[in-house]
Amino acid sequence: MRFLISVLLLGCSLSALAVVETYEFGSDADQARYYQFVLELRCPKCQNQNLEGSNSPIAKDLRRELHRLIDAGQNDQQIVDYMVSRYGDFILYRPRFTAQTAVLWLSPIAFVLIGSVIVVMVFRRQRTDPSSDQVDFNESSLTTAERQRLDALLAEKILPEREQRGD
Amino acid sequence: MKARLKLFLPLVGFVLVAAFFYTMINRIQEGEYNPQDLPSALINRPFPAFSLPSLPSSAQQLLSEKDLLGQIALVNVWATWCPSCHIEHPFLNQLAAERGVVIYGVNYKDQERLAQQWLEQKGNPYRLNIFDQTGGLGLDMGVTGAPETYVIDHRGFVRMRYQGPLNETVWQQKFKPMVDQLKAEQGAAG
Repeated sequence: MRFLISVLLLGCSLSALAVVETYEFGSDADQARYYQFVLELRCPKCQNQNLEGSNSPIAKDLRRELHRLIDAGQNDQQIVDYMVSRYGDFILYRPRFTAQTAVLWLSPIAFVLIGSVIVVMVFRRQRTDPSSDQVDFNESSLTTAERQRLDALLAEKILPEREQRGD
Repeated sequence: MKARLKLFLPLVGFVLVAAFFYTMINRIQEGEYNPQDLPSALINRPFPAFSLPSLPSSAQQLLSEKDLLGQIALVNVWATWCPSCHIEHPFLNQLAAERGVVIYGVNYKDQERLAQQWLEQKGNPYRLNIFDQTGGLGLDMGVTGAPETYVIDHRGFVRMRYQGPLNETVWQQKFKPMVDQLKAEQGAAG
């Protein structure tokens, strides 16, 4: 347990090392905004890294630019517009809702709906027609003749063996 | 029987997905599709405003976006630290010298002395060279690295961006159709 915790703690410190340079801000609120932005802005050179995690020169430049914009008192919307006008929607890990990104935003809802429809359908069918399209070993699926034969077989083979072994 | 056929649904799904991956891999290999390509935010917008020294800086004049107006041209982002720029340089020379293509250079986050040396030794395909030492213009252009090549029309609007080194194949496939289209537009506009 102790070992596990220490291993987990090692993992925690790695993400802190990922940031190469530190910037000073006038207020804690600005610091928090900077941190939020480097997490949510994507490095345009790398396929799937945010600005915080990337060491590429362009990510460094954008972090510096971000610090400059925050220091200059730009609000969040202005900063997002600044980034998008240069690097497009790609730079936002949380894309804005537009005609192009509608599929991205709406497809999870669509999938949940499709999934629940399927679940409801499956449950309904099981309740109304338990023997449909699956092999069912219920007694009801055997005809009377079959059941009699089964009883005969059981009596003949299995039961005498059990008696012999003294079960 | 119907229930049996249903068992093939996963197989059908697998075949569809495999066919999709197969065509995408083919398209990537043929250079038709590049997952690293990033659509430029500047397409059909004016080239960003700037005021930067030219290279060689002995010319003592500041260049601006107005200096790029009037002609269909390439804007090539390059640097001496960029390995692919070495590879594409001879082709740029050829485009400028033999095919009369107008190329403006943006020397991106580079050292002036090294850049100067490069142009002296390898030849200078650029009509003008903008010296962007801090990468500020690069940032406004949405540059993610070098080399990158933009096509601007005669009004100074950005019409295309290509990331990666230029060569004959890329020129024929991507640039030539665009340049031809822009020439036709320019002709129509008189």
